[in-house]
Amino acid sequence: MSWKIWSLKKSPWVFHVNAGACNNCDIEIVDLLTPKFDVERFGVKLVGSPRHADALLVTGVGTRQAAKRVQEAYRQTPKPCVVFAIGACACGTGIFNTGYHVVGPIDKIIKEVDPNAIIAYVPGCPPKPEAMISGIVKALSAL
Amino acid sequence: MAAVYERDKRGKKMSEVFESLFWILIFPGFLFTAVFGLAASWIVRKVSALVQWRVGPPLYQPYVDVMKLLGKEILIPENAQISIFVGAPIVGLAGVLLLSTMLWRITIEPTRPFVGDIIVAIYLMVLPSLALILGSSASASPHAAVGTSREMKLVMSYELPLVLAFVVVIIKTAALTGQGQQLSLAAISRHTPVLSISGMLAFLVTLLCVQAKLGFVPFDIAESETEVAGGVMMEYSGALLALWKIIQAMMLVALPLFLVMVFLGGFGTAGWPLVGGISKYVLVLVLLILIKNTNPRVRIDQAMKFFWVYCGITLVVAVILATAGNYYGIGWL
Repeated sequence: MSWKIWSLKKSPWVFHVNAGACNNCDIEIVDLLTPKFDVERFGVKLVGSPRHADALLVTGVGTRQAAKRVQEAYRQTPKPCVVFAIGACACGTGIFNTGYHVVGPIDKIIKEVDPNAIIAYVPGCPPKPEAMISGIVKALSAL
Repeated sequence: MAAVYERDKRGKKMSEVFESLFWILIFPGFLFTAVFGLAASWIVRKVSALVQWRVGPPLYQPYVDVMKLLGKEILIPENAQISIFVGAPIVGLAGVLLLSTMLWRITIEPTRPFVGDIIVAIYLMVLPSLALILGSSASASPHAAVGTSREMKLVMSYELPLVLAFVVVIIKTAALTGQGQQLSLAAISRHTPVLSISGMLAFLVTLLCVQAKLGFVPFDIAESETEVAGGVMMEYSGALLALWKIIQAMMLVALPLFLVMVFLGGFGTAGWPLVGGISKYVLVLVLLILIKNTNPRVRIDQAMKFFWVYCGITLVVAVILATAGNYYGIGWL
């Protein structure tokens, strides 16, 4: 394993992108940083700019308005990076499947920019923090 | 004979150059200060985590962070002024490198004729902030522009109290140091001005100025991640961001060390003075961390008012007290 990948696994900084979520998944993401789960133990840090990030946590169905912004945020993220589709909506648009404003799911939107993007799916409405930690571990061990 | 002498002189010059390079790049300079500083930044994160009832990151975390950033892609904004954008972190690193080398050298070899005085230290301390202003304003990002303007206002607000606080120190120690030694850091670091009313006031204000210089809460206005997405740092990525992280880590060594030297009687190099010096450094660091963790972020106008009005008045009182104490020969004033 090269040192780049090893250090990436030890300190994944995440940036949170809301692509039309109902805010439920977002609250659960913030849960990860609280004393009960404390993902800073594993070097995970929430950063303010996609340029500092190694992983994008995308929540929501991917609306027409948000899709362009998600693609731009992905372009602005230095590679190598991982995209997480957090929640049922992001994984497969969920109950909003036939909505007039939906262009998602997230993997389709990201693959328009980069067909080889690494995308991990964490289903649930909202996914439990334990499920997100498990998803992060699985995605990082697949790198 | 003459040739041998020439070669000898050249050899001596070369060895001096190598010695200086060793000082700057390896022992008290870059390598040592960066490693020490990253460990100090781990202490900051760990103590913050403990204050918030969390476990916190492992000891190797800051080193892995820097390693990871070095391995990542460097993105440069399309409209950025590339030379300034890339050059700014190098200028900042040069400033903090000179500052830390100078402070360590004074600590280790206080008898050496001249290695810089308090004025040089004040200049070098402002260099990383200026580099940050330059670099972020060259990035052509609106968020970074907001951060830049805040950083500029912050520099303007804390520089005045900082210089006034050093004036207090110089007045306090002028009678104790020798003729022509009033500005010498080596001479000042033999005294403890903090053991007097005016010195204590100056120390507290300088502690808050250092808080602002390090960009810690409550004065992390320029870099506020939840507000302006990282502000001044926003457009930096990869190795350039790693450079900024190293600069911040080195400042975390240099600024508390400077406080210890100016106010708390300096750092020893062996035995009990060394233990005392390390405990003084840790004391200053823990004070900074506790201020960081018990305060909310202030607005820029609140910060300016705080530094200019409250800190300014405090220091005017301190200067008057110190002058009076000096005039009437009262040590504790």
